[in-house]
Amino acid sequence: MRQTLTASVPGSTSSVPATTVTSRHSALVRVTHWITTLCFIALLVTGVEIVISHPRFYWGETGNVLTTPLFKLPIASSRALVPTGYGYVLPDQNGWSRYLHFQAAWVAVLTGLLYVISIFFTGHLRKNLLPRKSDLSLPAFSIQIVNHLRFKRPSAAEAWSYNVLQRLTYLFVIFVLFPLIIWTGLAMSPAFVSAFPLTVNLLGGQQSARTLHFFVSLALVFFLLVHIMMVFLAGFTSRMRAMITGHADHKERT
Amino acid sequence: MSNFSRRKLITTGVAAAAGVAGLGVAARLAQKYGLVPPDHGGIYGLGETLTYASQRLLTRHSLAREFSPSQISMPPLANEMAPPSDAFKRLQAAGFADWRLSIDGLVDRPGSFSLAQLKSFPTRSQITMVQCEEGWSYIAEWIGVPLSHVLDLVGTQPHARYVVYFSIQPDWWDSMDMADALHPQTFLVYGMNGGELPVGNGGPLRMRVPRQLGYKSVKFITHLTVTDNLKTFGKGLGSASPEGGYAWYAGI
Repeated sequence: MRQTLTASVPGSTSSVPATTVTSRHSALVRVTHWITTLCFIALLVTGVEIVISHPRFYWGETGNVLTTPLFKLPIASSRALVPTGYGYVLPDQNGWSRYLHFQAAWVAVLTGLLYVISIFFTGHLRKNLLPRKSDLSLPAFSIQIVNHLRFKRPSAAEAWSYNVLQRLTYLFVIFVLFPLIIWTGLAMSPAFVSAFPLTVNLLGGQQSARTLHFFVSLALVFFLLVHIMMVFLAGFTSRMRAMITGHADHKERT
Repeated sequence: MSNFSRRKLITTGVAAAAGVAGLGVAARLAQKYGLVPPDHGGIYGLGETLTYASQRLLTRHSLAREFSPSQISMPPLANEMAPPSDAFKRLQAAGFADWRLSIDGLVDRPGSFSLAQLKSFPTRSQITMVQCEEGWSYIAEWIGVPLSHVLDLVGTQPHARYVVYFSIQPDWWDSMDMADALHPQTFLVYGMNGGELPVGNGGPLRMRVPRQLGYKSVKFITHLTVTDNLKTFGKGLGSASPEGGYAWYAGI
């Protein structure tokens, strides 16, 4: 979203704006972006800590060391109960990890709600996230895919708007992956599913929910890696400045 | 300062004041309706309070999922635990004939029950899942007497807010609010899968709180205290779990 702020020159009686600063990202987008970033890091680190206490995954309602896993992670565990093949037990950090996991989840969900509700009203969704009609033609789409596969630096115009692949990826993360990670997380809560049993029954059981939670988190980590790679490819300094201060390079503007 | 920024400053100030006042009112209401967990202090207090308050509002009358007999996990799992104390071993040597459950605190008729007395009360069973915070789980049939039945017998006083329960094992105790204590699926369990409750699964007597994770279902129960204040127990955090770094409320 573009915002135009005007500042008058001190001592000047003229009402004509002396300088025009244009914002690449609105304050709301920037603040929610960085709160979400912090929460994501907290959720990822604590999620790893929690998973190493039982690095085995199952399908259906139940699973434990006496049942056949769907797959095992080839790592040691923080609990002696789990037969991992390693001769040592990792430090157990589950207590604070669980406290922080759920606290970060709350902040992320509330921040996400604020963001999602606001983008319907500010026009961010319509202007910046939903693909433009012209984007959805096969040639336009193909050009974007070829450019991405060639790791081509984005055009200057892209400093001011998202390309169609970016738009579709962000929409997928916001409206598919985030809801899925929240759903599969809540489906592991014995209290939550006592009130809403369908949330776990639809997923095929509590252990299925846990396994799906793991896979959706992998998808989110994959998004994060590609996202960071793209920031570097497009120009780390300019993209970081745009997301922190809102300022973008004027010379890039077309 | 231009009019625009002055107006903004006033609006922000009023909004901030309203926010603080709103939070204050919310905190008072939450205290009044029992929506604040005993481990609400500290840096994770916000998340813990939001989880406990929202789940208490959502689950006031909800029942834990029950399963069919064909879904019972075989063979049953007995997870790792500390070696039994001398007190436990003495009772075990006598076949648990002298095992007793004592109840005191905010009750009209404090006293104690033998296992035989507990088994003479109306027997109930449930096929529910034990979910460990580590990630594993199993389903079993649990046979026992609803805790609410025993609390009725001793006459729980109206201002009771929590039931604190103690294992015979040292430093193993927990507590639950009255919503869980009076919940129809909260049992004092003495049987499992059609037989006696094995020692590995908490025999001869364990608590079952099926709407919370496994660690709330403390094994080898010998003592209950009904209270309106958890501050006087241990470090005042509600149970041994927060003292060991784990959340008091384990509905998630």
